[in-house]
Amino acid sequence: MMLLKILFRNAFHNKLRSGLTILGITVAILAFGLLRTVIDAWYAGVEAASASRLVTRNAISIIFPLPLAYNEKIRQIEGVKHVSYGNWFGGIYINEKNFFPNFCVEPKTYMVIYPEFVLTPQETKAFLADRKGFVAGRKLATRFGWKIGDTVTLKGTIYPGNWDFVLRGIYRGRDETIDESQFLFHWDYLNETMKKVSPQRADQVGFYMITVARPDLSPEVALAVDRTFKNTLAETLTETEKAFNQGFIAMSGAIVTAIQMVSFVVILIIMAVVANTMAMTTRERIGDYAIMKTMGFGGGAIAFMIFGESLVIALTGCIAGMILTFPAAAAFGSSLSNYFPIFLVSDETLWLDLLAALLIAVCAAIIPTRHAIRVGIADGLRRIG
Amino acid sequence: MTEPKQPIVEIRNIFKSYQRENLVVPVLHDITFDIADGEFLALMGPSGSGKTTLLNLLAGIDKADSGVIRVGDVDITALSETELAHWRANNVGFIFQFYNLIPVLRAVENVELPLHLTALSGRERREHAETALRMVNLDHRMDHYPKEMSGGEQQRVAIARAIVTDPTILVADEPTGDLDRASAGEILAMMQSLNDDMGKTIIMVTHDPRAAERATVLRHLDKGFMNHDASQDPL
Repeated sequence: MMLLKILFRNAFHNKLRSGLTILGITVAILAFGLLRTVIDAWYAGVEAASASRLVTRNAISIIFPLPLAYNEKIRQIEGVKHVSYGNWFGGIYINEKNFFPNFCVEPKTYMVIYPEFVLTPQETKAFLADRKGFVAGRKLATRFGWKIGDTVTLKGTIYPGNWDFVLRGIYRGRDETIDESQFLFHWDYLNETMKKVSPQRADQVGFYMITVARPDLSPEVALAVDRTFKNTLAETLTETEKAFNQGFIAMSGAIVTAIQMVSFVVILIIMAVVANTMAMTTRERIGDYAIMKTMGFGGGAIAFMIFGESLVIALTGCIAGMILTFPAAAAFGSSLSNYFPIFLVSDETLWLDLLAALLIAVCAAIIPTRHAIRVGIADGLRRIG
Repeated sequence: MTEPKQPIVEIRNIFKSYQRENLVVPVLHDITFDIADGEFLALMGPSGSGKTTLLNLLAGIDKADSGVIRVGDVDITALSETELAHWRANNVGFIFQFYNLIPVLRAVENVELPLHLTALSGRERREHAETALRMVNLDHRMDHYPKEMSGGEQQRVAIARAIVTDPTILVADEPTGDLDRASAGEILAMMQSLNDDMGKTIIMVTHDPRAAERATVLRHLDKGFMNHDASQDPL
């Protein structure tokens, strides 16, 4: 108990030095937490992917379409429960800065496949009934102040022209990890327009979404789908939704790796700062430790006090950093919502914060502790005065 | 006729040297003498004569190169570091020139600190510490931190800390070296009282002849040799 008292009081004895060290740890943990949250945001789509959903696309590249006729053939494959399809529309709302993902989908099946997009029955009914209707995520609707019944015009990039839509529903995510920034409208609306203006582009879909009866059937069904369209003009590549999303992230893998490295470098830097603080602290107290040794306190007690002090400083900074991560992430996420629709501080990030703080504390205390224990009592006493 | 007192400390043929890079510096040469139970010994000598080294050996905080030091029935030169730590906790009280109180602890907590290595309960520890502080007339300063006290008061706290475990021997290294004359007088009077009234065996290193006057035995060290002609010199 007395040793605890000493280590706590020692930790805050030199207020300026301890305060600055704690501030450094706070900033480091905050930076580490934010960088980890950026990485989590990058992988949010992967994490939200369902194990029982498959994505089928053109085997050559996602930019090449597949015939609509595949829909029925896929539906008949054993193990397939639901099939839906859609295209990336790539429309712009007013100007390029207002980016948000927009897809045309077969709405009836799509809503079944994505139960995590929650609409009221009235909204679902209204959306399905109106070919020019669309649904938007809650965050997207809030961002632009859209209300049910509003007409929204997107300027097509892949499909030229101005496209008018009427907002029929605002979906909410089933939980906070669901992206609420999507814009979904009827595939038929696009297809019918294509039939008129560009018939060679009609009846083509960008991807098929498939749900399987059981998640363990996914590999078999994926193989069966691709085997079905082997040696056709548009061969398919079917993979789990997770693998599909991961493929997109792999394109920016170098950035993610760089962010990860920076997050670890931040921890290394602060580790050096805390180690320096602990070395100074221990050097100052070498006489105190010598006195305690004369009384009969052993190396264990000395190690307990130095490690304990290091832990108190590191954990104080860590807790402050963790607390600050939430408002910082909220502000960061809000300003980058175009790019990171899901920007949440995960439990894993908080555990990593804690682990980093423990690592900092332990690493910073090792050498000073070794020194304090090894210095002979007579040598330690000589340094007083 | 008074019975000669049994020696409580026996020092036999002690040699000690320090290694300074490649150089071996001899510090103590063949030191042999006894310290009787209840003796107040003053060790004097010029700087570098080996007084503090000898004190450290007697207190079990340094190891001799050869020779034997027996305190009571224990040959402390044969003890391991861990055994020595345990022995010190039970047998030695330390008083240093610069008081060496733990700055983040109040006076009473400083005095209580060595008792944490005993089996006493928290309440008993506190009672013992308060008693020790009362003995050095510091009951009004119990809750003060070292920086809030004068040098003399701090040294009195150090004395209370040294005696609180009721050790076999008290070792004091220049206990008045950092004090003004009045405070030094108080500290020496206190130590003399511990020797006279409580029978504590005290081994004190000092440069100060006035401090040495309080001792019952005076021994001189010079260049690592005990000056036997002038040593056993009851004042």
